[in-house]
Amino acid sequence: MNKHTVAGIVVLGLMAGILRSLNGCGGREELQSLSAGEHGSIAMAGSTSMERFARIVSECFMEEHAGVTVTTEFTGSSAGVEAVLDGRADVGLCSRELTKEEQNAGAVASVVAVDGIAVVANTDNLVRELTTAELVGIYTGRIRDWSEVGGRTEPIVVVGREAGSGSRSTFEELLGINDCCKYANEVDSEGAVMARTAVTPGAIGYVSLEVCNDTVCRIDLEGVEAAEETVRNGTYPLRRYFFLVTKGEAWEQSKLVQELMAYLQSEEGKKLIRMAGLVIPEK
Amino acid sequence: MERFLQRSRARRIEAAAECVFTACAFLALLAVGMITLYMIANGIPAIYQVGIKEMLFSDTWKPAARDPSFGILYVILTSITGTLLAVLIGVPVALLTAVFLAETAPARLAEAVRPAVELLAGIPSVVYGLLGMMILNPVIYRLEQRIFAGSKTHQFTGGANLLSAVLVLAVMILPTVISISESALRSVPSQLRECSLALGASRIQTIFQVVIPAARPGIVTAVVLGVGRAVGEAMAVSLVSGGSVNFPLPFCSVRFLTTALVSEMAYANGLHRQVLFTVGMVLFLFIMAVNLVLHAILRKT
Repeated sequence: MNKHTVAGIVVLGLMAGILRSLNGCGGREELQSLSAGEHGSIAMAGSTSMERFARIVSECFMEEHAGVTVTTEFTGSSAGVEAVLDGRADVGLCSRELTKEEQNAGAVASVVAVDGIAVVANTDNLVRELTTAELVGIYTGRIRDWSEVGGRTEPIVVVGREAGSGSRSTFEELLGINDCCKYANEVDSEGAVMARTAVTPGAIGYVSLEVCNDTVCRIDLEGVEAAEETVRNGTYPLRRYFFLVTKGEAWEQSKLVQELMAYLQSEEGKKLIRMAGLVIPEK
Repeated sequence: MERFLQRSRARRIEAAAECVFTACAFLALLAVGMITLYMIANGIPAIYQVGIKEMLFSDTWKPAARDPSFGILYVILTSITGTLLAVLIGVPVALLTAVFLAETAPARLAEAVRPAVELLAGIPSVVYGLLGMMILNPVIYRLEQRIFAGSKTHQFTGGANLLSAVLVLAVMILPTVISISESALRSVPSQLRECSLALGASRIQTIFQVVIPAARPGIVTAVVLGVGRAVGEAMAVSLVSGGSVNFPLPFCSVRFLTTALVSEMAYANGLHRQVLFTVGMVLFLFIMAVNLVLHAILRKT
């Protein structure tokens, strides 16, 4: 056996050892048995739109249940669902309906909250109200200048989300303009939409109602302001559901996950949902 | 006897050290090998499903549509154009800076410039992106509005376009190219310079006709690393390039291979996700090809 083979074997042996030890810690069996009591952990993963909601819920849930850790990770709706199906997360955060493939793979979604999608513009903009038809015109590239919708002469910079984003598919679906939007900017998070809209004169974008703040100005649709009240009573046209996704039905989940679900249904949980700027769905 | 023992001990240490070195080298090799295998294994399936022609030579990228199309021609072209332009702008500036630092700068001034260059290398790419978005984009947008004033067909990008991305990339490759070319220039023996000067060549003639040609291999390495940095940059570019898939014209919102991966991986599923792996594979092969070709061309001549 020459030196090279020996070294190779040593390296392989080391790697195997490392891999085994990695597999050993954080095993799911351990968690399952722990969750029978009041200890254990829940891993949540998913939509960046649901970040604020998930953070508030996880913190308050941990406060209520000493010894329980809730971890959150925001990698996107699809990544979240995939993590749940792979067993890397217990609860997925999804801001769109599940696809057929995901349902076939065993993912089950339950509605936890309703979110409004606010249309936002740069603060220098004079236009404060659009009709749905005008919004469709802007996003399909038919209307290209703010003067066409009552503003000053300034080109419209159409900002949107990347393909696959829950916000984008919901927005396009609600307006009936699936796959025919002409974006000037496609960015990959809610925060990026806000930042882009805030720094670009003439920009228009869409974000979840909860992340909307004063760096941009909201645009009323059909004379209806995007607000909690109008999202709840359904007069504001751009609204969507937020889902919690589990692998298998809710009653098949660990006791801890079931408890989290029940917590969100309780008065306490509803308070948190409102705190996150979201609206309680009607049953 | 004692000497013999000593010698055998020394030999054992030698052997052990050699073992360690080989093991470390293997680790790097193993990493490259595994990454290559992984990229190919994950990238190939989508090619079969979509078809290589539809993917590489079609320009419609609608991955999440009901009737999806996965053409990445514009994305590939953008990566090529963007890198090329960034290198065309960045490398001459960097090379001349290196000449300044190694050859002409007064020692005091060089001492002030060098840390600045090193600092430039240490700035995280997201900061480049952020500054590009807050400062460069508005400036470019003003330029865009002036150039396309009254245009009925141009889609205004708000300054987030290929031009911005190229400028940011050009700045980002500066430190790499400067520091490596500088050390290449410094390693040129001073006799060469002295000979050239003694023969009556001016300082500038000496630099451009003696020193730079002599430092060529080092400068080639610098350029290759610069190209690598430009091709592989994702974060900064994703913030300033606009992100829509368009033909790479200076004032068009564009998407690079890297940004296609970064921005869509999170939400992609099914075939879309597999195609993104193929995009990753294309990027990987692209970088390999650039490395090999640049080395071959620039080293030979």
